[in-house]
Amino acid sequence: MERGKSVPDEIAIEVKHLNKSFDKKQILYDINLDVHKAKILGLLGPSGSGKTTLVKLMAGIDTPDNGEVYVLGQKVPNLKMLNKIGYMAQADALYGELTAEENLKFFASMYGLSKAEQKKRIEEVMDLVNLHDNLKIQVKKYSGGMKRRLSLAIALLHEPPILVLDEPTVGIDPVLRISIWNELYALCKSGSTIIVTTHVMDEAEKCHELGMLREGRLIALGTPEEILRESHSKTIEEAFLYYGGVRK
Amino acid sequence: MRVRAVMVRILRQLKHDKRTIGLMLFAPILVLTLMSFVFGGSTYHPKIGVVNAPLNFVNSLEEGDAVVTRYSDADSEQALYKGDIDAKIDFQNGVPHVKLEGSDPTKSKAVIALVKSASLRSSVAVQMKVQYLFGYKDMSSFDSFGPILIGFFVFFFVFLVSGIAFLGERNSGTLERLMATPVKRWEIVMGYVLGFGVFTVLQSALIAWFSIYILHIMMVGSFALVLLITILTAMTALTIGIFISAFANNELQMIQFVPIIIVPQIFFSGLFDLSTMAGWLQVIGRFTPLWYVADALRSIMIRGKGWSDISFDVLVLSLICLFFIIVNVITLKKYRRI
Repeated sequence: MERGKSVPDEIAIEVKHLNKSFDKKQILYDINLDVHKAKILGLLGPSGSGKTTLVKLMAGIDTPDNGEVYVLGQKVPNLKMLNKIGYMAQADALYGELTAEENLKFFASMYGLSKAEQKKRIEEVMDLVNLHDNLKIQVKKYSGGMKRRLSLAIALLHEPPILVLDEPTVGIDPVLRISIWNELYALCKSGSTIIVTTHVMDEAEKCHELGMLREGRLIALGTPEEILRESHSKTIEEAFLYYGGVRK
Repeated sequence: MRVRAVMVRILRQLKHDKRTIGLMLFAPILVLTLMSFVFGGSTYHPKIGVVNAPLNFVNSLEEGDAVVTRYSDADSEQALYKGDIDAKIDFQNGVPHVKLEGSDPTKSKAVIALVKSASLRSSVAVQMKVQYLFGYKDMSSFDSFGPILIGFFVFFFVFLVSGIAFLGERNSGTLERLMATPVKRWEIVMGYVLGFGVFTVLQSALIAWFSIYILHIMMVGSFALVLLITILTAMTALTIGIFISAFANNELQMIQFVPIIIVPQIFFSGLFDLSTMAGWLQVIGRFTPLWYVADALRSIMIRGKGWSDISFDVLVLSLICLFFIIVNVITLKKYRRI
């Protein structure tokens, strides 16, 4: 593992010696990592590698067995910090019977947005994910990709400085995927810190920083370039194999 | 206000779910109507065949609302066998010999009681004066257990629908997603209580109104008190339903709790007379919410009792409700410890 930043950026999320198990099965082993402000951190790993568990801990939804997570200097889980974090779960957690608008309004009130703010933000986020024309449609009639986009829209509603997205681009068509990535870069520029999990290797290269997870261990951390250089690989996939100990 | 947002969301979900609304509103009404047909009939008129009976005895039987037919000895046996009559009465040396069809104990008892009173009346002309403290002459059994049924249906449907709704929230991942927002655990539980609360007020009112004003179930007390009890019943069922949903993995498993959570409550609710049961067994009833519901509703509707007589039931039901609200807030810790 190596630290890739030469410039001493501000740290948005600090993860220290994190361990987590479920039902006696250890999912995460001693994870240490820092996420810099206004950067996109990608967490790459196969399913079952502990990505979701790690981002849940970083989003302050779950409590670690031991170790600590600090978000913007505050120890999480912490109820107040949840207002600063936008979370998009891996499974689309939407109310199928409700329309997109009703879903958005509901989550907006959970974040305490006023009526006027709700209206404004719903317009903005739905434009962003290109679902504006489907606002009044029941979510159960949405396609998988549309649900994914709506979940993303909900995560963005309260303009959180920290955005945690668990597999945000699954089932989204390539054209829209590019526009979502462009939007993530734009959010980044405006100061948001973003954590994205993915199991798609080529998507990993789009992140500013990359963490590779395998069987609950963080096997590499750095910018994609650093990781490629360090492992003498041409592709991220080769690098993953290198750090995973499969290739010398 | 997050509680209000949860409440509004639940009402919106219900609005989109016409089938559930139909189930909660019209299923109890349908079943209550059917039960009023089955149990609301006037008292049974025994069919009696007589052989060699003296005229004044037959007259007394008919005064007692029996359908009396004269038979020869052989014909009467056949009629009894075919089930045309419930009993034959054969007078031998002035003594009535009663032979019962006997397959239905209720009918047998009715016949015996009737014959006893008829022979009394034919010999001594006694006119009995009967007074009722509660109830009235020819009160149907539906009047007597109708109040329990009202409570039961409110409990049953609210338990099932709220339990399944909360289960859906657990299974669809929305509960977990909700826990990633700054909402407090108690706000979710209270939102559920109020959201379903609003709906169950409507449901309880409709069921109570329909039973009393359309089915003409006996009702001598205050309608407002009936509403108070049915709403409390719904709240209790709601909080218990949410609690039980934590132990079910899917809708089928939720239904599997009905025989464990609901059915025993019916037995102890007073629908059946338990006074012959061992004392310690009767005490079990005091641990089932439906017992207090039934006790209160019967007191109001049949005995016309007021607040002072049902306040204890109200207190117990409110405490059960409060207890499960707190338990539900605690069990949500499974999803987020803070």
